Amino acid sequence: MSPEIGHFALILAFLLALLQSFAPFVAAQTNDSRLMAQASWLAIGQFGFVALSYGLLTYAHVADDFSVTNVFENSHSLKPLVYKISGVWGNHEGSMLLWVLILALFGALLAGFSRQMPEILKSNVLGVQALISASFLAFILFTSNPFTRMFPAAAEGRDLNPILQDPGLAIHPPLLYLGYVGFSLVFSFAAAALIEGRIDSAWAKWVRPWILLAWIFLTLGIAMGSYWAYYTLGWGGFWFWDPVENASLMPWLAGTALLHSALVMEKRNALKIWTIFLAIVAFSLSLLGTFLVRSGVLTSVHSFASDPQRGVFILAILVVFIGGALALYAWRAPSLKQGGLFAPISREGALVLNNLFLIVSCATVLVGTLYPLALEALTGEKISVGAPFFNLCVGLLMLPLFLAMPVGQALSWKRGNLYGAAQRLVFALSCGLVAFVFCFAWTRGGPVLAPLGAALAIYIMIGALVEITQRIFSRGVSVSSAFERLIGLPLAAWGTTWAHFGMGVTLLGLAASVWGTETISAMRLNQPQQVGPYEVVMQHISGREGQNYSEAFAQISIRSGGVEVATVEPAKRNYPARRMGTAKAGIATLNLGQIYVSMSDSNSDGSINMRLYWKPLVTLIWIGSVFMALGACFSLVDRRFKRTVQRRIGSKLPGTLQSAE
Amino acid sequence: MTRKQRRLSLIFGALSILALSLGIALYALRDSVVFFFTPSEISAKAVKVGARLRVGGLIKTGSIVKASQTSIRFIITDGQSDLPVAYDGLVPDLFREGQGVVAEGKYSGMDVFTADSVLAKHDERYMPREVAESLKQKGLWKSPQGTSK
Repeated sequence: MSPEIGHFALILAFLLALLQSFAPFVAAQTNDSRLMAQASWLAIGQFGFVALSYGLLTYAHVADDFSVTNVFENSHSLKPLVYKISGVWGNHEGSMLLWVLILALFGALLAGFSRQMPEILKSNVLGVQALISASFLAFILFTSNPFTRMFPAAAEGRDLNPILQDPGLAIHPPLLYLGYVGFSLVFSFAAAALIEGRIDSAWAKWVRPWILLAWIFLTLGIAMGSYWAYYTLGWGGFWFWDPVENASLMPWLAGTALLHSALVMEKRNALKIWTIFLAIVAFSLSLLGTFLVRSGVLTSVHSFASDPQRGVFILAILVVFIGGALALYAWRAPSLKQGGLFAPISREGALVLNNLFLIVSCATVLVGTLYPLALEALTGEKISVGAPFFNLCVGLLMLPLFLAMPVGQALSWKRGNLYGAAQRLVFALSCGLVAFVFCFAWTRGGPVLAPLGAALAIYIMIGALVEITQRIFSRGVSVSSAFERLIGLPLAAWGTTWAHFGMGVTLLGLAASVWGTETISAMRLNQPQQVGPYEVVMQHISGREGQNYSEAFAQISIRSGGVEVATVEPAKRNYPARRMGTAKAGIATLNLGQIYVSMSDSNSDGSINMRLYWKPLVTLIWIGSVFMALGACFSLVDRRFKRTVQRRIGSKLPGTLQSAE
Repeated sequence: MTRKQRRLSLIFGALSILALSLGIALYALRDSVVFFFTPSEISAKAVKVGARLRVGGLIKTGSIVKASQTSIRFIITDGQSDLPVAYDGLVPDLFREGQGVVAEGKYSGMDVFTADSVLAKHDERYMPREVAESLKQKGLWKSPQGTSK
């Protein structure tokens, strides 16, 4: 019974979404406040029904209801509970339902929390948001219904793909979707602004928290996905330039550009038309990613099943929304007033540079991802564009961006002093130089790219700290007043610092990957083997049974100077339900680096082939992304705080308070 | 600077960055595009010796030979032509006789293909798309068991 209720709830959500994609526009046109207030309830109601439907699908998975096709194909009664819950989104239908759930969640959040927002803007945003969710609800109902029953019901399910039976599945997709789909609300803001024809810094002020929120989740989602691939695929790579990864990187690049241009718009009322364009582009790229992953155009772990009908449906949604938004943009944008002049050498100028390079690198990633598809469609020739293309393009285009990051922070708004900024960065630059010389000498003339990357990373990290340090300490300031300044600094200043510092940390981790060692060796019991600065010894080989798998594992001791510092247990698992095996790498984190051991086949003489990697500083790649997300959190919290304070003071002294930052 | 000059400098800057990136992209594309062929396409299309290729097909039954502990030889077949492959490294978990496979490496004549990476499919239910398509064209496609919608 409950799957039918879930299906019914989904239909009700669809009907509410249809109503919501039309009533708020009428209300905004006629300036009918009572009708506009209803839009919020529609959004909340729609979310309620999607959530109910999602909850019932989860219930079917947890309760092993194998009469539901979706559960039969992707679950198994012996599967651990956490994978029964997260397995809901480990398949096409369920992941689309999660997509829509998050879409409706953002609509409901806006409806519930942005009470001070101008009514007309809010109505239009909710209307556009409902248009998107109505299309995706239709997609689910007509092509990917997760509640389809089968008759007769099966006694046992087919189990989830073993590669997906991992804690990563519980974390990566929800985070990534919160990011991807978070940009839908930003898109709705842009479309609403174009419909209303009013775009000013107040608009940027309302939209920026949502950009930050989506960006935080997208950053963490990509980092988590990369770490998952790193430890689960068994060969130690963390980024493959796989089209599916590119599909998540492109919205991130566009979103990062948007984050910065919206800042210019909020503070200086400039770059308005460009910001609107970026808001459209960021979500368009998310939609493109969804299309690439969900349509079966690409084959990877992410595409669960391919069905041409679904591909065409998503393509239609894609064309309507991107085409519609761009047409609206072309029609409305020229009539918008440009404001806020600035000199090329200024904070704004630096942010324009940031935007140009980010968007151009995004475009090259797009070209590299779509070119093989286009070529095959046009000529039938099958090609692949590999990592060298992306490394070269993105690497070269990011270089000026990285160099300019600290400079931009050191320039003032409106008109900056490049000489002054350079002077403030002398220390950061010299730290970078010292790092280069040190790394180069230490690796005795190894590949020059790694010391260069490390130097750049150090320069960015120190450069990020320079601005904030100078705001706290200046010449002749006593310790106590420096402390007062430290306390008084707005959180947004810390946000920039952390985010930029995090970028440097990630870059350092990437640069250090060149210094790692990778060996493949046929290991025997108790025969030590050197891996980087450590010695590894296989002590024991055995087998054991898990809940729904059996595995063979090796116990490996990692030693430094004869003393054991860690043990790892790489394993090969076999899942009988799908007659499929996976490898579990054994990973030990030592001084920010990692020893990575992955087991392969055994030889006739009893030795076992192992991949043995030493990856110095590799954890910095992910630590850096957490810093970046944390930085964005600071900015987000700061804005909320500021608004409440402003309201409180504003009620006493109307119209006297100017935003400080 | 006047407003017009500012705008011009912005446009000029943007265009030069765009041109630069276009140049980089075209240059990088020239070297990093890898074509995909099946063994019979290689013999039909007169592929240049020394080219980088991706070759896909099925692993011929009974063809896997361990040359040493960590190197392997096997034959990729599409039912019409065979291509012997030598690979120095560890094969993926799902590498088995009769399974779909894609090998990337240097083409040095029909005698042997020196692969530097070997990919097998992730799941029993599907294989590399290129392989599936070329097998369908040649009528060798066996639909996977079960009803995978």
